[in-house]
Parts: sequence; C-alpha cells; structure tokens
Amino acid sequence: MSLRSPLGKVRGLGSAKNGTHHWWMQKVSAVALVPLTIWFVSSIVQMTRADYEVVINWMNSPIVAVLMLLFVTTGIYHLKLGLQVIIEDYIHSEGSKVFLQMLVTFSCVAVGTTAGFSILKIAL
Amino acid sequence: MAEFKLPKNSTYKKGKVWASDSDITRVKRFNIYRWNEDDGENPRIDTYEIDLDKCGPMVLDALIKIKNEIDPTLTFRRSCREGVCGSCAMNIGGKNTLACTIDMASYKGDVNIFPLPHMDVVKDLVPDLTNFYAQYASIKPWMQTQTPAPSGTERLQSPEDRLKIDGLYECVLCACCSASCPSYWWNSDKYLGPAVLLQAYRWLVDTRDENTGERLDNLEDSFRLYRCHTIMNCANACPKGLNPAKAIAEIKKMMVARQG
Repeated sequence: MSLRSPLGKVRGLGSAKNGTHHWWMQKVSAVALVPLTIWFVSSIVQMTRADYEVVINWMNSPIVAVLMLLFVTTGIYHLKLGLQVIIEDYIHSEGSKVFLQMLVTFSCVAVGTTAGFSILKIAL
Repeated sequence: MAEFKLPKNSTYKKGKVWASDSDITRVKRFNIYRWNEDDGENPRIDTYEIDLDKCGPMVLDALIKIKNEIDPTLTFRRSCREGVCGSCAMNIGGKNTLACTIDMASYKGDVNIFPLPHMDVVKDLVPDLTNFYAQYASIKPWMQTQTPAPSGTERLQSPEDRLKIDGLYECVLCACCSASCPSYWWNSDKYLGPAVLLQAYRWLVDTRDENTGERLDNLEDSFRLYRCHTIMNCANACPKGLNPAKAIAEIKKMMVARQG
C-alpha cells in the first residue's frame, strides 16, 4: 500500500526531457524509406527469375551498392526505433524490458552490419 | 506486460432479469454491468426491460427510470443531463459516450452499458477517475504569466487569438477519449492521454499565457506525450465532436518547431 498522493504519483520522476528526437527520427527515416523502398521493390520485381550472375552483376554497380547500403541502414534504423516503442508500450517489468531493448539493439546492429558487409563484399 | 484478458475477479456473469409487465407493447432491454466491492462477487450483467411509452428518449432517461422505479441500487454518475458536465460518460453499445446526449433509438435491439473501459470501478457504472484528475492537475490548467496583471483591466486577447482555443475549450473532461485509447489503457500511469493533452494544448495556444516553454518542457517525455501513436479512437469517441489527436499532433509540431 502507498499513501503517496495521486499528483505525487503522476509527477513521478519528472519529464525525461527527451522524446522529440526519437519521434522526429522515426518520421525522417520513414520519409527516406519511401523512395528507397520503391526503388528496392521495383528492382527485385524486375529481377524475378533472374539467375545468380544477373543479380551479382546488378549489385556490382556503385550506384546500386550505395542505394542498397542506404536502404538497409535506414530500414534497420527505422525498425529499431519502431521495435523500441512496441517494447515500451507493452512490456512493463523492468528486467524483461531492459533485456528486450538490448536484444533489439544488438540484433539490429548485427543484422545491419552483416548486410552492409555482404553488400560491400559483392561491390568491391 | 499489458493485460489483454480480464483478471479472474473481473470476468462477468449473467445476472438478474427485471422483466416488464407483459401488457407493454414497446419494450427496450438494457443490459447493465453491476459490481460492488462489498459483496465479494464477480461483476454481473443485469437486464432491465423498459416501457418506451413511459420513458424519455435518452439512455440517461432509462438509467434514471431504472434507479427511480425498478432498482434503486443501480449506481451511476449524472448531473446536467445535457452534455455539459461530463459526469455520465460510460461505454454504451461498445462506444464511450455520454448517456445524456445519446438517443436510445440509435441502438438496434438491446442496449449494453458498461463503465468506461480499463479503469478501476468504484461501483457499477462509476469508474475511479483519481489518476485522470491528478494528470489534469499536473499540466497546471490555469493561466500562468510573468507580466504583472494590468491594473483595472483584463489581460487582453484579440478576436483572432481567441479563435485559437475553439475546439479545445469545449472539452468537458468526461474521459470518453482517454478511456478509448489503447495506449492509455496500457500506460495510463505515465501517458497523460488524449483528454489531458488536449487541455495542455488549450493552454499552450492561449496567447495570454506566458509559460509556453515551461509547459512544453513538462511534456517533453517519451511517455507523457509520445505514447500517442495516432490511433484516433479519441476523435471517434468524443461526444462533443472534438479532435484530441489533432491537438496532440499540434503539440508535437511545437516540440519540433522549438528545436530550430
């Protein structure tokens, strides 16, 4: 039982003085993903049933490699921001919250680094 | 973890049926959530049959008739009976609204009435609004100024500036919007919710107020403000036709604007 006043509970630890940056970055990355996703999906569709050589040749182009890197990093950054919000929304026990946030961060960095390395390995 | 199922002691069962006399021609059935702390029982749904020829048109008229003539133990809040006080907010036919301004004829078949969702229940249709009111107090809903009050006159506001609080000052704090917001359901301990944020915006755009920056500082928080994910249930629920989601979006724009 707590005899703390309702207003005391609401005021709590005070404002965290951040939140806008996260929200704005989610919007910015979403805007960046609009052209990148259109480019990526249309390229993949055009290469339906293409063989391995065709795809590797396509990825060899510097423009394609740069666009791929932009698509992967922006997409994973956006994914990380979104997953973070979902965990904040639904997970309320402190332990699992910290664990899942770390898992999301590590996984996103790992997947992003692997994808970036793969793109560079083909292109360089 | 957010709760997606009712806890065991909150699941409801069928309750008593208060049948009307058989010679009545126009009957409407009201299925109403009943719970009180004292009997230790789970909630139940009581059914009341109302003679439409002897009842006013609004859902609140039926509730008052039930309390006066059928079952005086039925508990609910009401005061103005014209959509001004916000007391009779409840979940009717699956939607949060004011019982006094909603026509019972707009419901085909039975009318199902529950308290506002995902709030602690005090009794029957009375939710515990303690946290909601404390959140309202936390945004300091009064004019804050640095300039001393002018002597012998009010703080002036041009007619154009006065227009800025239209669509905001009409809010009666009935909590229909906040209780319809999933984000508020899961995080009402930290997220202020649509009603309180609309009120916060009402003071942010009031040109007579001089503490806009401090007010924004207080809201600059990933939970207090940014739990709003533009689900828009709030705008759909508001019985006064206001748009809390738009007010929240405007606050977010102010946050970005002051970053440069």
